[in-house]
Amino acid sequence: MSSKSRSKRKPDQFDFVDKGVNDSDSSESEESVYSGLEEEPDTSEEDQEQSSNQSDNDSSDNDDDEDITLDDKSGLELSTEQRKELSTASDDELNEINDQRYTGNVKSQNRKQQKQITVKTADRPDEYDYDSSDEEDIRNTVGNIPLEWYREYPHIGYDIEGNRLLKPEKGDQLDEFLNKMDNPNYWRTVTNKMTGQNVVLSKEDLGLIQNLQSSKHPDSMAENYQPWIDFFTHEKMIHPVTNHPQHKRSFIPSKWEKLKVGQMVHALKMGWMKPTKAKTEEEEEENFYMLWKEDEESEITRRYRAHLPAPKMPLPSHAESYNPPPEYLLTKEEEEKWQNMEPEERRMNFLPQKYPSLRLVPAYKRFINERFERCLDLYLCPRKPKIRMNINPEDLIPKLPKPRDLQPFPTAQAIVYRGHSDIVRTISVDPTGQWLVSGSDDGSVRFWEVSTGRCMKSITMETGSLGNMCIRSVAWNPHPDVSLVAIAMGQTVILVNPGLGDKMVTNNTDNVLHSFSPTEEESMGKKVYADWSSIDTSDKRFENGFRLLLQHPKEVSQVTWHGRGDYFASVMPKGDSMSVLIHQLSRRRSQNPFNKSKGMVQCVLFHPVRPFLFVATQRYVRVYNLLKQELSKKLMTNCKWVSSMAVHSGGDNIIIGSYDCRLSWFDLDVSTKPYQTLRHHKRAVRAVNYHRKYPLFASASDDGTVIVCHGMVYNDLLKNPLIVPVKILKGHAISHDLGVLDCVFHPSQPWVFSCGADTTIRLFT
Amino acid sequence: MGRERRKKYEKGEATAFMSRNQAINKLQLTLADFRRLCILKGIYPHEPKHKKRVNKGSTVHKTYYLVKDINFLAHEPIINKFREFKHFVRRLKKAINKRNKDAEQRIRNNKPKYKLDHIVRERYPSFQDALGDLDDCLSMCFLFGTMPQGARVHMEYINHARKLTVEFMHYIIASKSLRKVFISIKGIYFQAEVMGQQLTWVVPHGLGYQHPDDVDYRVMQTFVEFYTTLLGFINFKLYHSINLHYPPKLELDAATPVDENEENMTEKERYQERLSALSQTLRSLDEGGGEEEVQLDEFPAVETDDPDRVEKAKVEAEKIKKLQNLFKGLKFFLNREVPRETLVFIIRSFGGDVSWHKSVAVGATYPESDESITHQIVDRPQTKNQYLSRYYVQPQWVFDCVNNTSLLPMESYFPGATLPPHLSPFVEEAEGDYVPPERQALINRQLGLQEDSGVEEDEEGSEDEEEDEEEEEEEESEEEEEEPEKGRGKRKRKHETEAATADQAKKLNMSVEAGAPENFNVEQKLQRQTMEERRLAEMMIPKKKKRLYDKIMFAKKKKNQETRKLKEKREAIETQKKSESKKKKKKQ
Repeated sequence: MSSKSRSKRKPDQFDFVDKGVNDSDSSESEESVYSGLEEEPDTSEEDQEQSSNQSDNDSSDNDDDEDITLDDKSGLELSTEQRKELSTASDDELNEINDQRYTGNVKSQNRKQQKQITVKTADRPDEYDYDSSDEEDIRNTVGNIPLEWYREYPHIGYDIEGNRLLKPEKGDQLDEFLNKMDNPNYWRTVTNKMTGQNVVLSKEDLGLIQNLQSSKHPDSMAENYQPWIDFFTHEKMIHPVTNHPQHKRSFIPSKWEKLKVGQMVHALKMGWMKPTKAKTEEEEEENFYMLWKEDEESEITRRYRAHLPAPKMPLPSHAESYNPPPEYLLTKEEEEKWQNMEPEERRMNFLPQKYPSLRLVPAYKRFINERFERCLDLYLCPRKPKIRMNINPEDLIPKLPKPRDLQPFPTAQAIVYRGHSDIVRTISVDPTGQWLVSGSDDGSVRFWEVSTGRCMKSITMETGSLGNMCIRSVAWNPHPDVSLVAIAMGQTVILVNPGLGDKMVTNNTDNVLHSFSPTEEESMGKKVYADWSSIDTSDKRFENGFRLLLQHPKEVSQVTWHGRGDYFASVMPKGDSMSVLIHQLSRRRSQNPFNKSKGMVQCVLFHPVRPFLFVATQRYVRVYNLLKQELSKKLMTNCKWVSSMAVHSGGDNIIIGSYDCRLSWFDLDVSTKPYQTLRHHKRAVRAVNYHRKYPLFASASDDGTVIVCHGMVYNDLLKNPLIVPVKILKGHAISHDLGVLDCVFHPSQPWVFSCGADTTIRLFT
Repeated sequence: MGRERRKKYEKGEATAFMSRNQAINKLQLTLADFRRLCILKGIYPHEPKHKKRVNKGSTVHKTYYLVKDINFLAHEPIINKFREFKHFVRRLKKAINKRNKDAEQRIRNNKPKYKLDHIVRERYPSFQDALGDLDDCLSMCFLFGTMPQGARVHMEYINHARKLTVEFMHYIIASKSLRKVFISIKGIYFQAEVMGQQLTWVVPHGLGYQHPDDVDYRVMQTFVEFYTTLLGFINFKLYHSINLHYPPKLELDAATPVDENEENMTEKERYQERLSALSQTLRSLDEGGGEEEVQLDEFPAVETDDPDRVEKAKVEAEKIKKLQNLFKGLKFFLNREVPRETLVFIIRSFGGDVSWHKSVAVGATYPESDESITHQIVDRPQTKNQYLSRYYVQPQWVFDCVNNTSLLPMESYFPGATLPPHLSPFVEEAEGDYVPPERQALINRQLGLQEDSGVEEDEEGSEDEEEDEEEEEEEESEEEEEEPEKGRGKRKRKHETEAATADQAKKLNMSVEAGAPENFNVEQKLQRQTMEERRLAEMMIPKKKKRLYDKIMFAKKKKNQETRKLKEKREAIETQKKSESKKKKKKQ
């Protein structure tokens, strides 16, 4: 009985005490009036426990011999484990009770402290003599009320004569502390909450408390193991214990039973009721057999064929090891990052950890969760056959001829032309390829010698009436016998004779211009689109090379020459119905080819051989036949905003650069949609250009690069043009979010000029 | 006369799929019963190609089952059992509420039961199919087998799972089919090769269980219910394939005396305990000749004429045979802090003998004082009264030996020593993956071993010790060598510094310096050129393929980054270690 029953009792100690108290209660009729009877013993018991614990602790602290002797005397032994349990469990309670003492309040929780089983007051020892522990304390007659009602009064209740029971004086915390230090009995002093008196527990009391805690008989003297008196033995005695005569029903068969049995027998006979079979063990267990026979062929059903087996769980990597190589452990930052990620986003669903030995490896917390998730996947996750492609990325790269085999093309930066003080917006090369003209935002036009990089001439525009100083466009007359440059600035187009190169040519040009005489005055009747004015030789500007001025109604953004050099066109994006004007140099006449605006014109170009005009609006390029005066084609660029355009020397292919980083190649014979769209640039494409002789084209972009591509056009109509990017030319710096603004090929060499926002012009050869 | 107009959603995908609710309505089951049925029958949802078409134009997310699957479920006899069970519960409740004990008992005795044999057969028409799908089954059974008794899971399941896993482990031991083992932080992974199929399962570390709250144990129980049936049949078949009794019978049965641990057990429990100790061999069906048949060597692909392949297969078979007898002739003793079952399982499946202190568990075969013990496995820094006649090693040694298919030198595994990293044997390095240096060393060693494997095989046991000694000597000599090198280095450096000072002195005087030719690195230039060409070619990838290409390249880049990161980390750690050791040396 001993060990087992004790261990059983252990968890419900209070139960035991309850019973004891209840038993004693039953002897007293008066007390059963209390409503809170069930709680009472609990609280009182708790208190005792606390006090005894405290005693326990104190004794262990002070190494007090008394306590030990007391234990010995009472003949009880607390096993070490029990002691530990007590001390750990009651640490908090102990603190609590100490607090209570300090504050000196009688807390409401500790109400109904009517019964102090083990309390012996110091002042009235005589009462203890006759008082049984269960009896109600009658020193305070207030009854079963919360004692906090008396908190604000100097007294705590009334004694049996009706006199006030005054609260005993209580010292402050210092007194308490001194008491704790000095008083050897402090550890076994408890406060009687009913009277407010301090009570020192005697050794017997302590023994009793300990006995109660260890679920033993409260009285240590009581004999636990009394000899068992076998009162009712199995042996037959000659004398019966009781000598009542047996009742009649004990030997007469039961009528009801007979009836029931009869019914059952009948049911059995009829087969309605069957005797229950006794269960054998074998039945309970599953018995396995050879489910798959050796020689049996498995039938392959359609169901079986359609079955998609679930993918297997991934196998563990090195990082999952209990002792991984050190590099797999996460650093603090990585760990933090891992913690902050959503569980679904994590690449590893565990934190790698290292344990010095196998003995220290704990159980994995999420093991069951992971298994469960796997189960969910198995029966809830939709399955679908997935084709896993194993593609070599090299195969995706189109097979193109190597750039090395497509030479010549510009590969390296050769010359940097410096001199401008602001963005260089536009450049143009003269037909011989000796001279270069550039226009900048600082209002100057500079002429450079290509081969040396020397600035031959610089013309600074006067502001005055012209207003805006930006040079928007420059264009060298493509005719080799004419030395003229068209400059678009503000609302004017200026024709300048730079006076460079062959003297004959320059003089010739001057003469031709000078000898012009307005023959027909028929134009008077017509509307004048642009105001032509020639500059006198006496004018100061003549020295600079200014020859003709064309005043436009709106700002001019671009000028471009016809291949033969007699016509040139100017673009006024805001000019509505006269946004494109075509000027004839020989007759000094301007005409407006369109009488209706088709959108904001971005740029225009003449067909190199045939009388066509390409007009690029924001999203479309229209091709007009100038002879027939009709629209011959409309190209869909598929881009948001066209920035520039260039025509192949054959005239059948054009390229278009756009602000949405694209470059589209159109084959006019084939389609009105781009044959190929190249997205090579990261930023807006500002300018595109074809080489006149070599199969090259270039595009300049705001990302500071010029990309040169090989663009071979075959004479065979069935063969598509071959486009291969051959070189990315870098050099221009990006400023104000602008990179390279214009690029032009040298007319005869495979060289490309580019100008940019970093105020330089560069030649790549 | 036009044709009758076809209505939408009356043909094709719309009729091939059924949402879950529709399925439940059709089968007239509760959701829980439907779930159980799906789990038992292995029916899973399907993802239709065009969801919108299936859902009649709506795009609401739903789970779809194939209509054919649901029709198939409708013919399942177990559905009737479910219904019977429903009635059973109803009757039982009634009896309980009326406090009619007799009726309650009677009803309980007549609890409807169902068997899953036919479902196993149906789901796995051939034994190979069943083996192929065994991974999850094993992991779940091992999990349930180690679960503690509690309110969450029915005890019946736990006992059943435990019994079957023990039987399975006995089979693995008897057939020597264990191949790889790995201690991870999640549990211990095992990989066995059974009839040509790789089976991988994980056993949790058997410590401090905590049941999570966010797990539905009913789902897991249903799985285990099926898995235990499956594993039972598989065990039966496997046992018979190597001529063993099923249910397993121990070799020495009644003869062994009753232990003190076993005193208060029933006969059945005692038998089960002995069985789960894994320390005894099983009795085979035909006495005597059993041993040889177990070790049947298979030479696959004999029909192939290719001599290379035959040779390869031979080498492979040889290797496996060597692995199977890795611990043959060795006698192990396990200390009590070591995970007993795992180690017994591993050591015995590689031919070793193993025992433990008899107070730890039932089934110890020899005491610690046995002089013939060769290895004692210890997981504590130091042990008292050591025997000189045996090695004391940490448990990781056993695992690493198995994964390396050879007995490793034991220095770094002695008790108290810092263990070398434990690497996963499941990782197969592809090109560009990070390979930890330890792994690299292992691969190199294996390659080296393979070249002259024929010579070394026979005298491994004796050679081990020799090797150890040699290695020690080598290390010493290396150290000696290092020192003079350092001295030389210093001297060199001295020379250099002297020369430099002389140069400086010269420079003070005015002089003409010889122009150095520009360093023209042809290779670098070529490389740069090819890089540029590649970049240019990349630009010409059409948009259609560009995405795919970018994805592939991104993945490649990520992988490279990771490997580089790991490499750098490792290097940093190593340099730190070196510097620390240097400091220590200096201090000394």
